[in-house]
Amino acid sequence: MSGGPSSGPVRRTAMLDSAGAYLTQVFAVADAEVIKLRHDPTDLISRAVQPILWLLLFGQVMAHVRGLNTTGGDYLDFLAPGILAQSVLFVAIFYGLSAIWERDLGVLHRYMVSPAPRSALVIGKALASSSRGLSQAVVIYACAALMGVGLSFRPVDLALVAGLIVLASALFSTFSLIIACIVKTRERFMGVGQFLTMPIFFASNAIYPLTLMPGWLRVVARINPLSYQVDALRCLMLKGGHSQFGLGLDAGVLLLVTALLIVIATRLYPRLTQ
Amino acid sequence: MDVSPGPIVSAKDLTRRFGTVLAVDHVSLNIAAGELFGLIGPNGAGKSTLMKMFTTMIPPTSGRATIAGFDVAVQPQEVRKRIGYVPQLLSADGELTGYENMLLSARLYLIPSAARESRVQAALEMMGLTDVKNRLVQTYSGGMARRLEIAQSTLHRPAVLFMDEPTVGLDPGGRRAVWEHVRALHREMGAAVVFSTHYMDEAEAVCDRLALIAHGKVAALGTPDELKARLGGQASLDDVFAELTNERIAPVGGGQ
Ligand SMILES: Nc1ncnc2c1ncn2[C@@H]1O[C@H](COP(=O)(O)OP(=O)(O)OP(=O)(O)O)[C@@H](O)[C@H]1O
Ligand SMILES: [Mg+2]
Repeated sequence: MSGGPSSGPVRRTAMLDSAGAYLTQVFAVADAEVIKLRHDPTDLISRAVQPILWLLLFGQVMAHVRGLNTTGGDYLDFLAPGILAQSVLFVAIFYGLSAIWERDLGVLHRYMVSPAPRSALVIGKALASSSRGLSQAVVIYACAALMGVGLSFRPVDLALVAGLIVLASALFSTFSLIIACIVKTRERFMGVGQFLTMPIFFASNAIYPLTLMPGWLRVVARINPLSYQVDALRCLMLKGGHSQFGLGLDAGVLLLVTALLIVIATRLYPRLTQ
Repeated sequence: MDVSPGPIVSAKDLTRRFGTVLAVDHVSLNIAAGELFGLIGPNGAGKSTLMKMFTTMIPPTSGRATIAGFDVAVQPQEVRKRIGYVPQLLSADGELTGYENMLLSARLYLIPSAARESRVQAALEMMGLTDVKNRLVQTYSGGMARRLEIAQSTLHRPAVLFMDEPTVGLDPGGRRAVWEHVRALHREMGAAVVFSTHYMDEAEAVCDRLALIAHGKVAALGTPDELKARLGGQASLDDVFAELTNERIAPVGGGQ
């Protein structure tokens, strides 16, 4: 309260305490999801099928198309980071559905009536989605390695890829949560979700380079956060990979967009129970 | 222990509209610390809506509600620290075990990590759930699920426990078990308990006072005996309920 000389350390402990409290609540929310996945991992397994099919089928066929091969390397090398980004997107973008589901079941009420700040709930949910994104990454790394993609297994690179996946999962799952808070019903959400996923995926550099796109699409791809995720992944996932936009810009864009979405979701989330 | 100034729950002209529906209409009432308070009234009377405003789940359209002096619309965070809420829909996560659900609540309510384990075990024990604590909640009977719900919403020792139809759908044995546990909890924690019910026998047996809600308004308020005395002689709470809710329905279009 008062600005006396003794208030410095006291205030610092108080701040540490409340930061600790905040993190406790964030991880309480995130852990609940991880525990549920442990009880029933079938969802994780079934979701791993799609990216494997993309790599095997799409990757093998497209590798023979001339002109796609712009990075100088193998097309599979080019594709693998794109497919990882895609599978993170596909898992995260339907995350809002589980929020609506929790509302319908009543589970959301126990979070909303708790004293946890709404932002802690939103961030906790975002991290919960990240755990799914990370499990996808493990599968895709294994599959890509078997197919001979030149992956980098340097610990720094692996750690940065993990961080990137956590961030991108948080970004798209929070975006999804915002949509859930606006449309509020499962039926409407499914419609909107389907409608959004494809443009985000195809209007990006995930499966073909920006240089192949018509000018207008290139503009869209440059404002699409997925492109920045893919760009960073191409740099970090591959041996001798490089970034087109610069890692700093990639990370900056993803962080900024995620922060903005969290602020919006924090405002909207309580509306889901009203 | 200390002198508690003013009521623990207070509403003044509390009102909530949904479009053209007036779900709660200028409700004013006070509930004292430690009181067992019942809300009875027909379907659609506004009981759940009233409780959702007290628990900060929905904002009032007008009027004011306070919990321990904190306005639900101004300081919802402070209110949430002091209440427990068992909603009409169950809110425990069916895909977690009872124990995991309790631990989640313990962390959300910031119970110090050193005390978490013992508090959770004690609460499970008190609600008679120790034997089933490691089972997924989706395999619980209705009665067990309700008791878990009560356990997880009182872990932080709230000043008021709100329960929206805590015994709906339970058989007589399950209902009795819920009330025995709530009474024990009430004795131990001294929290006020505010609950809604459609069972008159329950309201009569449990409440210190009750409010009869009809069409979003408080149609009557008092101890069960006071309400019955209004009708005189041998009236039961059922009679009071029928009399007052009809009285409210009758004047529509007829004027007063
Ligand atoms: N979210 C909502 N949107 C629109 N109308 C609502 C909403 N919630 C409640 N209402 C309306 O408000 C009125 C009061 O409903 P409420 O659920 O509070 O009644 P209740 O007394 O709890 O009934 P019950 O005994 O059936 O649980 C009803 O007419 C209901 O249709
Ligand atoms: Mg109700």
